[in-house]
Amino acid sequence: MQNLIIVINVLSLVYSGWFIDWLLAPERKRRLLITGILLLILVILAALPFYGSAYSVILVASIIMYVVLTVSWTIFSGSTGYISLAPAAFFGVGIYTSAILGKEFPLFTIVLFGGLTSFCLATLVGALTLRLKGIYFTIFTFGLVLLIYQALLWYEIKFTGTRGRFVVVIDNETIYYVMLAIFVVLLIIAYFIRRSKYGLALRSIGEYEEAAAHMGINVTALKITVFAISAFFMGTAGAIMATKWTYIDPGIAFNPLFSFMPVLMAIFGGTGQFYGPILGAAIFAYLEETLLTRFPYYYMLIFGIILIVAILYMPQGLVGLIQKIQRRISRSERAHT
Amino acid sequence: MIVTILDVAIAGLLLGGLYALIAMGLSLQYGVARVLNVAHGEFIMLGALLTWTFYTVFHINPLVSIVICGPITFILGFIIHRTLLKSLLKSSASTAIFESNSVLAAFGLFFIIQNIALDLWGPEIRGYSYLIFPVNIGGALFGANRLVTLGFALGIGVAFYVFLSRSRIGKAIRAAAQDPTTAGLMGVNINLVLALCFGLGAALAGVAGVLISMSYPVHGVMGLEYTVIAIIVVVLGGLGSIPGSFIGGFVLGVIGSIVAYFEPGLALVAYYVIFIILLMVRPTGIMGK
Repeated sequence: MQNLIIVINVLSLVYSGWFIDWLLAPERKRRLLITGILLLILVILAALPFYGSAYSVILVASIIMYVVLTVSWTIFSGSTGYISLAPAAFFGVGIYTSAILGKEFPLFTIVLFGGLTSFCLATLVGALTLRLKGIYFTIFTFGLVLLIYQALLWYEIKFTGTRGRFVVVIDNETIYYVMLAIFVVLLIIAYFIRRSKYGLALRSIGEYEEAAAHMGINVTALKITVFAISAFFMGTAGAIMATKWTYIDPGIAFNPLFSFMPVLMAIFGGTGQFYGPILGAAIFAYLEETLLTRFPYYYMLIFGIILIVAILYMPQGLVGLIQKIQRRISRSERAHT
Repeated sequence: MIVTILDVAIAGLLLGGLYALIAMGLSLQYGVARVLNVAHGEFIMLGALLTWTFYTVFHINPLVSIVICGPITFILGFIIHRTLLKSLLKSSASTAIFESNSVLAAFGLFFIIQNIALDLWGPEIRGYSYLIFPVNIGGALFGANRLVTLGFALGIGVAFYVFLSRSRIGKAIRAAAQDPTTAGLMGVNINLVLALCFGLGAALAGVAGVLISMSYPVHGVMGLEYTVIAIIVVVLGGLGSIPGSFIGGFVLGVIGSIVAYFEPGLALVAYYVIFIILLMVRPTGIMGK
């Protein structure tokens, strides 16, 4: 029963992305109905604490966390093709904001501040580095995570004398609701970015940046803004997750895994559609919950193998695979008639 | 005062030799095979842990391990390129796409190799004592093991340079680095050369791992730290330039040693700061074009 509830909620997450893709497709009608379905999905997700067990609330909250990280990664990197390995930096900044402000401010302010700090950091970093192309950008963003980690570790040991910090504890239901709210806001913003001329501009940067610049797109400003928006959501996710962990240190907050996971999840799911990254994130987050505690090494091993298989054989991710199968089915149906 | 300066300088050179060795392998893999191998440190870790096992279980001299671990990691790298990276090369439309795909594939390799090693050797930090007697250089004391490391790093660096500039395969490698298509038209077996480079890069990492295990603790998750240092050195020296990496290694080693003298906790921070400034100001590095 509890498993069924978890599956329903995870499917709700995936379908929310799927229906948003539906809304984005130009030829689709019945927009009102789809919006209604999306609201229904939101109700199912929001009511989870009333019918699900305490464990299912915690599990779905951590799945949503990965979904938020992955979708916000995809907003920027999925369309522009700039592979950022900075999610761990923005996530970690959110975590530390929460740890520092947690005792004095209400939860809403903390989460907002976590996002804003990441936003500012991303603006700075973006302004400095988005001139870098391809592999240099990837290395740089990864270096950033390690720089913040080392600098913070040094600072904590030298000036505060302790390695870690304690974070104010908040009950799991509140964490769940905040996480869900972040997810909803993220989807709405991602939807409007994709639908607007800026979404089109982002994709044209991914296709051919020089041509996009010649078309009159302010390439740099757009890249920095979207990079910062995606960082904002990573920061808010970090700020709320910190309250779940209760104790943090630089190693936990700036774990490079939080950079790799969103990238893998997005690539595995497929970055072309909204439900791709959500699907990828949901699958891996669930696998992590079930496998990581029992077989930590095998989980990471499988993670690596899937990453390689996905790059080699599924260039468009799971979504591409699904679309290929759909096309084959529809073709064979046409052949029969 | 003079002794202190000498102390810091020699410590920097010793560290730099190791960095140069690590970075040359990565430079070869990136410069010719166009793979920014983020799993580079995992080959170092394999070399180090194999040496530890050989020394503690079979009592094989670590210097003999070089001859064992080098070929093992070479074959591993060669096979990885012949299978995984070759098909990735075939399916990628352009060099830029291959570069970003191969980085992600290398992350996959990183997880695979690291976790196999963690499963085999466990998460414990290990070490052994070999050649740890002190040597006096101008009043400053250094472990013999570190001097041996420097000697090997210099020797291998020079031998490698001679190999690349004099031998027939070396010429083919350099041709492939400049223009793979034209080199292929001139009769260079390009796939073999690329696999050879990747394998040689892995072998250099394996040898570096053997040398590291003589002076530093070894464990399953040590790789990433060395990978990052290698990437910094390679960027410092200019992506793809092997002499650049050699010099860059020593530059970074000396800088690290100076910073560590004033504030030990900040050595790695200093590397990243240098790296980030470098990427912004001169991404082509010291020797880059």
